[in-house]
Amino acid sequence: MEFQHSQASHCESGVMSAMLRHQGLPISEPMAFGLSSALSFAYLPIIKINGLPLVAYRMPPKFIIKGLQKPLGLKMCFETFRNQEAGTRRLNELLASGNIVGMQTSVFFLPYMPEDLRFHFNAHNVLAFGRDVASGEYQLSDPVFDAPVTCPPEALQKARFAKGALAPKGLLYYSTGKPSMPDWTKVIPKALKKTTRIMLDTPVPIIGIRGIRRLANAIEGLAAKNDPAQAKMFIGQVVRMQEEIGTGGGGFRFIYASYLQEAAELLARPRLNELSENLVDIGDEWREFALSAARMIRDREPLALAALADKLRRIADREKAFFLDLRRAA
Amino acid sequence: MLESEVPQEGNVTLGGHRKGVYARGDDGKIQLVQSAGWEVEEIVTRQAVDDLNRMAEDARQRVLAGQTSALEYHMHKARMDLPLLSQTTGLWQWRIRRHFRPDIFAGLSPAMLGRYASVMGISVEQLKKAE
Repeated sequence: MEFQHSQASHCESGVMSAMLRHQGLPISEPMAFGLSSALSFAYLPIIKINGLPLVAYRMPPKFIIKGLQKPLGLKMCFETFRNQEAGTRRLNELLASGNIVGMQTSVFFLPYMPEDLRFHFNAHNVLAFGRDVASGEYQLSDPVFDAPVTCPPEALQKARFAKGALAPKGLLYYSTGKPSMPDWTKVIPKALKKTTRIMLDTPVPIIGIRGIRRLANAIEGLAAKNDPAQAKMFIGQVVRMQEEIGTGGGGFRFIYASYLQEAAELLARPRLNELSENLVDIGDEWREFALSAARMIRDREPLALAALADKLRRIADREKAFFLDLRRAA
Repeated sequence: MLESEVPQEGNVTLGGHRKGVYARGDDGKIQLVQSAGWEVEEIVTRQAVDDLNRMAEDARQRVLAGQTSALEYHMHKARMDLPLLSQTTGLWQWRIRRHFRPDIFAGLSPAMLGRYASVMGISVEQLKKAE
């Protein structure tokens, strides 16, 4: 079967949705994202990127790939390599036998990425679906692009074997065995409950709603340091994680709202539609937060860290109410 | 966000690429819509890139003044910092910092230079010069 590329907002859910579609199971990107309970919030001050703490709006890499196995009866095979040549050989082998192969790569080494977006981020997922035998170039389906791309073998090998945090170690993944249409009435409520547990009950104060509050406190605390340039870098980093890094806008809130709409239809539960609208509003608030942060960075508004922190606390309150409602509805 | 509100501001940081975002259409369905960029994204991305460029330029000036080695310039140019360079090369940070001294950098073995060059994705020849 000819592989069909389609654009997505997020790399991991996009890769999985494309892979499943290729195997004859039409699962949308939001469904792949929601069914694996990938929505989250995490403020990780211990993990620093260029000296700034990591903020994530979703669960860690590979969570979606692994999380879809159980509900869809899917079997994924993961392979990593010590030896780079062995990793490349194995990829060629799999492609030659007609597989489509998911890979973890570093954005920095992918030549088709826009220059300004090439940072050292090691957990970008792409699919390889073919290889031109004459030139050795790979045909890749990068879900965040609107068309398939090609990549020379040297660059791909570098990207797959980049080192540092979340090093891919040449990770390849492909499915063995066919996925099956799940019983929606079982798998969707289960996935919804899992997301509410992550957001409301995680016992560490940096994950979920409590993580949002913790971030609000950290932003407010920047004011005492009296270093406006550093404070701007900090809030800029938060906004980048929320909007720029393939989240579909509003830190994955909109994609999850789309999943809720699909769930409402599949389960014939209009209540989930109402909740979806509610979440779109929350996503809009996240975007307002991003807008005022960006205006402060450019000095179009005076830098008011306390006001930004208050905005985050308001979002935390709304999200808390939202996830409690979602728990009741599930 | 409504489909009509999806920003189409032609960000230079996207290099002509259009990204997918989710927005609500006229029929109320939330679906993937292409966006040519939002000014907010451009501001924060440029901020991060400019900061890295500023550090690289600053290092370049110090290389010319003989205060640091070309290694520090290339580290910033490759958008890395000391902890990341240490992780990727497997060298101690203090050792890398020592290699920032021009006299010591000049005496590095080709193997050590190759180790730095390969994680930065440049050639050894490029690594030796701050340009």
